[in-house]
Amino acid sequence: MSLHLPVLPERRTVELTVDGAPVSVPEGATLLDACQKLGIDVPTLCFARNLAPVNVCRVCVVELAGARTLVPSCSRKAEPGMVVATDSERVRLSRRLVLELLASSVDLSTAPRVTEYLARYGARPERFGPGAQTVAQPVKVDNDLYVRDYGKCILCMKCVQACGSEAQNTFAIAVAGRGFPAHISTELDVPLPESACVYCGNCIGVCPTGALMGRTEHELRAAGAWEPERQTEAETICPYCGVGCSLVLTVQDDRIVRAASNERSEVTRGHLCIKGRFGWAFVR
Amino acid sequence: MDLKPLSSGPSPEERAAVDAVLGPPDAAPGAPRGLAWASAHRHLLLPALRAVVRRVGWVRPGALGYVVERLHVPPAEAYGVASFYALLPLDARPPAVLHVCDDVACRARGAAEGVAALRASFGEAGTVRDGATFHTSPCLGLCERAPAALLTVAGEAPREEAFGAVTVERAREALATRRAPEDVRPPLPQRGAPELRLLARVGRVDPTDLDAYRAAGGYQALRRALELGPAAVVRALTEAGLLGRGGAAFPTGKKWQAVAQAAVRPHYVVCNADESEPGTFKDRVLLEEDPFALVEAMTIAGFAVGAEKGYVYLRGEYPLAAARVAAAIAQARARGLLGPDVLGRGLSFDLELCRGAGAYVCGEETALFNSLEGRRGEPRNKPPFPVEAGLFGKPTVVNNVETLANVPWLLLHGARTYRSVGTAGSPGTRLFCLSGCVVEPGVYEHPFGVTLRAVLERAGGVPSGRSLRAVLLGGAAGSFVGPGELELPLTFEDTKQAGVSLGSGVVLVLDDTVALEPLLLRIAAFFRDESCGQCVPCRVGTERQEELVQRLCAGRPEGSRATELALLAELGQAMRDASICGLGQTASSAIESAVVRLGLWKGGAS
Ligand SMILES: Cc1cc2nc3c(=O)[nH]c(=O)nc-3n(C[C@H](O)[C@H](O)[C@H](O)COP(=O)(O)O)c2cc1C
Ligand code: SF4
Ligand code: SF4
Ligand code: SF4
Ligand code: FES
Ligand code: FES
Repeated sequence: MSLHLPVLPERRTVELTVDGAPVSVPEGATLLDACQKLGIDVPTLCFARNLAPVNVCRVCVVELAGARTLVPSCSRKAEPGMVVATDSERVRLSRRLVLELLASSVDLSTAPRVTEYLARYGARPERFGPGAQTVAQPVKVDNDLYVRDYGKCILCMKCVQACGSEAQNTFAIAVAGRGFPAHISTELDVPLPESACVYCGNCIGVCPTGALMGRTEHELRAAGAWEPERQTEAETICPYCGVGCSLVLTVQDDRIVRAASNERSEVTRGHLCIKGRFGWAFVR
Repeated sequence: MDLKPLSSGPSPEERAAVDAVLGPPDAAPGAPRGLAWASAHRHLLLPALRAVVRRVGWVRPGALGYVVERLHVPPAEAYGVASFYALLPLDARPPAVLHVCDDVACRARGAAEGVAALRASFGEAGTVRDGATFHTSPCLGLCERAPAALLTVAGEAPREEAFGAVTVERAREALATRRAPEDVRPPLPQRGAPELRLLARVGRVDPTDLDAYRAAGGYQALRRALELGPAAVVRALTEAGLLGRGGAAFPTGKKWQAVAQAAVRPHYVVCNADESEPGTFKDRVLLEEDPFALVEAMTIAGFAVGAEKGYVYLRGEYPLAAARVAAAIAQARARGLLGPDVLGRGLSFDLELCRGAGAYVCGEETALFNSLEGRRGEPRNKPPFPVEAGLFGKPTVVNNVETLANVPWLLLHGARTYRSVGTAGSPGTRLFCLSGCVVEPGVYEHPFGVTLRAVLERAGGVPSGRSLRAVLLGGAAGSFVGPGELELPLTFEDTKQAGVSLGSGVVLVLDDTVALEPLLLRIAAFFRDESCGQCVPCRVGTERQEELVQRLCAGRPEGSRATELALLAELGQAMRDASICGLGQTASSAIESAVVRLGLWKGGAS
């Protein structure tokens, strides 16, 4: 048997300028890719490597010469000759406002990256006053495996994508309503056990804010017993079936407190099933 | 995909209403309507849900469940779609609902006081009495008859009736009798004037009669197009310099050419008849009074760009326009002017009428495509542009009603004659929607370049004894201009240079009897209500903007007025720069213009 390697079409490259520096990226790459190649740290919230860009948070915007508005770097494809600025006044203002809008309406206490972004852009969400409307609401605890705390939700759509056509194909959740009251919901807002949810937990895996959280973690945090400094992470292969999903287990005091998978894993692309995600309650 | 049925089933009425749209479940013997059928008919989700509302007044869970089951749409997704649209209520509603407009043009004519009086006499919005209730509504596109209302009555023979000159008495009469009181429709102010191009037939030629349309010159332009051939038709548009009237002023010839040349097939033609910009009603007049012209223009478009299928996306609140367009399509089809062999010349083109369901953002072209496809009306990211990937992902021409109305005239008279009026940068004529405090409100056609002063004077100016306070130009997404700016020539280039926009042709006139602040509050609330909620700058920004305007109007700033105005300006810039679509990008325009141009909250007008 001979091994036929596919003949890859020659990948063309695109030359552009970012913050004054020339950079070349493969055709199809985004402005974010170009920035990252140059080592420029562009903030992102609704972008995940394992899901299609939805470009809704707008924290990654950059200034593209000739464009009327700023453009989202996470989705905008690089084109030859583009001239891009990632730290202009306009860019900084929009990023700061986006962060202030989010921080004044959403509980970001379990969204680690955002704290750093807020500081970086000098965001002062309190400018909008104590009367600013928020999405605060009680945590939804309606099953044994995970909780939904939509007071922490930034509507990044990651969970809907993961539950739907991009990973799980279950379509248990979607966006409902519109405008500020828009929210992630099951049909008619029924509890998860009455929905199509199969508890794969893939939505938890992609949620960037901690709005979706395994019950173990949620309860430890509520009890003030979630202690990252006493946690270790171990990479392993899930033993439940023959697929061989890679797992990242977070262990605290000899107890598995969280199971996830690396989004760069060829096997899982970060996604698991109910057993890999939650089948650890009794394992020590 | 797992489908769990929603608990309760449909009532017999709901089932029948849905089946009337989707066909009976077992209609095709031997070919069960399974997954393949369902996925090809996903776009019927909105029509099916609308049918339920027309039958029983709201989307009951059982009915939603039945639609979901028939179309194999995940229930969560269908719920997400229904909850997007104002006219697909998911809470119990009585059969009769009076939608009372309390938007800008109606407010300039006392709508706020009228609604307050209705509350006092009938009860809060949503109160049910004898199977009827009322709700306030954004602009109904009836601004020349302000204050306006729309009565919808669900049932076996559902009715939708619009009427103007709303008073508490007339509103209560409509609620009690479930019939619209007599509606006085003012005639077209310029009716019969020889210089009219787009409005030439309005009020003179029977809009329900194809023969009358043909006798008045109808369908000569299509014959001319067939003689010229597709490329020459597109060239004529380009030479005439026809620019889109939907707001963005994009060259129509360029758009058609891009689709004509697109390799991907099929191509589509879409008419954007969603007209929901507060203060706009020109498209409604064209649709109601000259529907065959739209059918003809779209057929020409189909011929020119190689599309066999066209869609008219008509806003849900236009019952008469919907009836007239549907009738025109049916007559044209019956007479061989639509269908597989148009005019016996081998041209295949047909049209479908689709009705919106109460969402301003669906006028944004890519949101419109999503809505036509049976999804939430969320704008898509551009690029790719519609000419490349539009409806169903295919190359699509999408044009405003008024843009299309230019096409037959242009082909018959040629590009040179077309350019004989207007300016080099804005050739031809423009429709203006005069409303508010003018003596003779209505739609007017003027050559581009006419001054704002002349437009106001032609409409009789403000009522005698009053003085002009401001004009809202271009709609809620436009700008206020002051009485000192009346010499402004109304062209795309001059308005752009002045930092304002013609938008959808709104000229909403405010005199000294109208307070500005309540209008600004209404505009801020409008954008908050109508944001699709996708992107942060607009979803949260429109909410924060409304809070800021509320504080400023109440004289209770957070910190000082100056810091609040600075925050408002920063917020405006972020919305303009970082929002996905034109809604968020223009949501601060009118409010900022009131501060910058009228001096509001800076010791100026209030
Ligand atoms: C929020 C929003 C609402 C819009 N509403 C309409 C509308 O009701 N009718 C319309 O023709 N264009 C509307 N537009 C503009 C369309 O996106 C699009 O530019 C237009 O239909 C193109 O047609 P034209 O080239 O003939 O102007 C809207 C745009 C935005 C951002
Ligand atoms: S756990 Fe899995 S099936 Fe359930 S909502 Fe999350 S992604 Fe969907
Ligand atoms: S729950 Fe999490 S993943 Fe889902 S939209 Fe909200 S923040 Fe994003
Ligand atoms: S700007 Fe507003 S309406 Fe447009 S996509 Fe963003 S949230 Fe939706
Ligand atoms: S990360 Fe690009 S828009 Fe959210
Ligand atoms: S109909 Fe009331 S504002 Fe247009």
